[in-house]
Amino acid sequence: WKKYWLLAPAPSSSARPPSLTTREPKACKALREEGVSVVLVNSNPATIMTDTDIADHVYIEPLTVEVIERIIAKERPQGILPTLGGQTGLNMAVALSDAGVLDRYNVRLLGTPLETIRKAEDREFFRNFLHDIGEPEPPNRTVNSMEEALAYREEMGLPLVVRPAYTLGGTGGGIANTQGEFEATVASGLASSPISQVLLERSLVGWKEIEYEVIRDGDDNCITVCNMENLDPMGAHTGDSIVVAPSQTLTDKEYQMLRSASLKIIRGLGIEGGCNIQMAEPDSPYYVIEVNPRVSRSSALASKATGYPIARVSAKIAVGKRLHEIPNAVTGKTGAAFEPALDYCVVKIPRWPFDKFPNGDRQITTQMKATGEVMAIDRSFEAALQKAIRSLEIGNRTLLCHGEGPDTRNLMEPNDLRLWALMAALRRNTPPEELMGKTFIDPWFISAMQRIVNMERRLLGETLTPDLLYRAKRLGFSDRQVGTLADMLPEQVRNLRHDWNLRPVYKMVDTCAAEFEAVTPYYYSTYEEENEALPLPGKKAIVIGSGPIRIGQGIEFDYCSVHAAWALSQAGVSSVMINSNPETVSTDFDTSDRLYFEPLDEEAVRDIIDNETVDDVPPPSVVQFGGQTAINLSQGPGPRRSAYPGLQRRCH
Amino acid sequence: MGALATGHGEVVFNTSMTGYQEVLTDPSYAGQLVTLTYPLVGNYGINPQDFESAKIRVAGLIVREHCDRPSHGQSDRTLDEYLKAQNIPGICGVDTRAITRRLRQHGVMMGLLTTESPEAAVAQLAEMPRYDDQDLVRTVTTEAQYRWDGEPVTLEALPLTASGNISRPTLVVGSPGENSGETQEPRPRILVTDVGVKYNILRLLQERGCEVIAMPAATSAEDMLAMNPSGILLSPGPGDPQLLDYVVDNVRQVLGRVPVMGICLGHQLVARALGGQTYKLPFGHRGGNHPVQDMSSGRVYITAQNHGFAVDPDTLPAGLEVSHINLNDGTVEGTRHRDMPLFTIQYHSEASPGPRDNEYIFDQFLGMVKEFNH
Repeated sequence: WKKYWLLAPAPSSSARPPSLTTREPKACKALREEGVSVVLVNSNPATIMTDTDIADHVYIEPLTVEVIERIIAKERPQGILPTLGGQTGLNMAVALSDAGVLDRYNVRLLGTPLETIRKAEDREFFRNFLHDIGEPEPPNRTVNSMEEALAYREEMGLPLVVRPAYTLGGTGGGIANTQGEFEATVASGLASSPISQVLLERSLVGWKEIEYEVIRDGDDNCITVCNMENLDPMGAHTGDSIVVAPSQTLTDKEYQMLRSASLKIIRGLGIEGGCNIQMAEPDSPYYVIEVNPRVSRSSALASKATGYPIARVSAKIAVGKRLHEIPNAVTGKTGAAFEPALDYCVVKIPRWPFDKFPNGDRQITTQMKATGEVMAIDRSFEAALQKAIRSLEIGNRTLLCHGEGPDTRNLMEPNDLRLWALMAALRRNTPPEELMGKTFIDPWFISAMQRIVNMERRLLGETLTPDLLYRAKRLGFSDRQVGTLADMLPEQVRNLRHDWNLRPVYKMVDTCAAEFEAVTPYYYSTYEEENEALPLPGKKAIVIGSGPIRIGQGIEFDYCSVHAAWALSQAGVSSVMINSNPETVSTDFDTSDRLYFEPLDEEAVRDIIDNETVDDVPPPSVVQFGGQTAINLSQGPGPRRSAYPGLQRRCH
Repeated sequence: MGALATGHGEVVFNTSMTGYQEVLTDPSYAGQLVTLTYPLVGNYGINPQDFESAKIRVAGLIVREHCDRPSHGQSDRTLDEYLKAQNIPGICGVDTRAITRRLRQHGVMMGLLTTESPEAAVAQLAEMPRYDDQDLVRTVTTEAQYRWDGEPVTLEALPLTASGNISRPTLVVGSPGENSGETQEPRPRILVTDVGVKYNILRLLQERGCEVIAMPAATSAEDMLAMNPSGILLSPGPGDPQLLDYVVDNVRQVLGRVPVMGICLGHQLVARALGGQTYKLPFGHRGGNHPVQDMSSGRVYITAQNHGFAVDPDTLPAGLEVSHINLNDGTVEGTRHRDMPLFTIQYHSEASPGPRDNEYIFDQFLGMVKEFNH
């Protein structure tokens, strides 16, 4: 037998996203299917990954070279797979190699060549690499001291972007607009970088930012899983950006130009597995901004947005499988060598901690501040955006008015309240062109926001009719939001909706836009004609998830929800999971018998209960594992729901 | 959305997420009502560069939502304006996923876009000719041969055939290489048999240094050979290849005498010319994500596809071998002849829309042309 080994990241923090911990269980499972025995190392007890039945051996140990060398000496693995453990995993692989540990114990590095890890993270290597393959990058210079930095500033002028080498989430970096900012940021960047190196780069603030998720196998076959467009232009860290999948404003020529560039890059780097590539585009030329030669935060989002299991496929590739030899778990028939076709729009919004830290610096920069994220799926951008807002579990859960009041002082500077500020400006009849000029957000997105404002006005001024309510629901207006505007209670809107037979239908995320029959039980709600999610037959229970990661509610509640779903399945009860967080194991489509990717609010949960109701008997709901989110829901004004009797133990 | 006209045709679906302008103008969609599975269409408007032929070819467009405020620097009109200007109907606001699922389960079917009552529409539909009975190539092929010299702007002025009226070529073309510089070797002259050609095929050949001449579908083999071509490319196009014996007969006579490459319908015409059979797929392949495996190298390519018919591998004549297969359903995606300078692909190496991974096929063709002519 072969023994491979996964390196996992240390405990979650905003810079070490919990999304990475969703990768390893999948990867472990995929490797063990191939007859590989898996040893896993991590220091975080609050993850599924460190359960004893996920890997063959689990070490809960600090991730230091000394500790890992001892584990290697004991386990004698043949290979090490660092690409699924985020930047921590990659950095550890580099450290192990530098310390001679890999050579000493004859351990092969799987997935991404060491040279590539250095290339993508070491700015100087990366610049040369892009130059060699003829891909454009923004004008820049790598510096190792403040003196060099000041010299480059003299040459280029400000603003400049400061990017420290080898750090996660851009720690210590930022955009410098003034001389003071520049010196402070360079100093902090040099201090944060383990090799005291920062990259100074022409500021592309305001450009369109596009990401591609690509996968390559050992035979040089390449596919793109999906592309994503950041609503927030360049200047915001992608972890702090509102992200839309697929891209909305690129022509096919542009889409394919950037796709071809991404494939050229992953081939040039020789990566076997997944890779994330970020590019900026003003109109036709483009610059390559960043390459993550590993499974990243964006890969987690791309997996959930498309249904394509990137971690699973990457793990299989690492042990020598080719893309077309890996079955597509979604259709059960086709292989993994294809590119997902989406027939919906996906919106991700970061979850920032400013509800807990109201006096924190709310400005969004190249250094990530969000603790988590939510994702929503619908058949229009407006509806996906508004569902994502509902999923954030902040304020009154609508775009109407943020609890803390919109901050319109400076729309140019992105902050967590910019969306509300934009909406407020549109309500005051600020011309969309003016907002575009101030924010550089693509007019397409502003037009969508304008359509939401137009609907708000109709709901305020007109009598509610079935047609108007249907149009509002198609734009993602919640019952509560409609109620606020039409002067009704949410419950009255719900009743009216039922009287008019306006109920959401549920459509499947199937990777292929319905071209093939799919077997995944992964659904989202929308207001359309055909419902694909007929109620599950037999005994079943709904598990309410815990929503976005935030201060005080971490990944541990997802661990609990996952175990609740598994326990139900083992007891012969079908589990129905509801959650809005793409960075979790609970939203893997094979964790539960059925997954609804939906906001965790009363309307969404009750609609799902209605959809799963057979013979007037609603399924019971399990709420005690989803943290405060689920508990709050059970105390709503709706009909009382009892927990499933077999699962009464409290989680903590 | 679109013109207030009646649209009649075979209802099909395409899963590409971008490229609606290319789809609209692709002649292979003649006689079809195209459902786009991606729900948001028209986001980047219509621009002057991305046309694949001189006009809209689809019989009608079916989308979930169309964008009336497009956002793109190159856009000069909206999707709706473009459809209206060419009197092509469209429908929006419908559950396109439900339509797609129905087509997948029951196969493609005839449809009508109309403002009449459903009963009247059903009656009208019964009267209409069926897709499989129509020679749609006659409606899309060029009336006269022309040299491709660049942008579609110059071509929009060129005469297009009226339905059913195919005239013989009249334009006299000089000998190969007359435009090349003195120091360069002569440009290969590639004749493109236009059974529904997309501009990007012409563009990619021209980019590769060819003299490109598009020929009407019914051009005789003698007339083609008389032009002394370095190679012949049989283009993609609409409809059932069984109805195209007048093209197949001419193809048969040039095979082996000139290097030939067939794309899509061109691939099916080659198979028929050598005695192979074609058949109709239940709902076809239309999109930009189909995996195709090259049987000789084992490599997998993501391809753009648009076809409702396929070549039956069990009927291939001796000498013509399957070179590529579709990994989703195992259908034939390419053939290569053991003895003749001839190969074909069912997918679209010219992309547009779709992934550009397969442009190397044109280089292979030109390599074959060069080798043969030496």
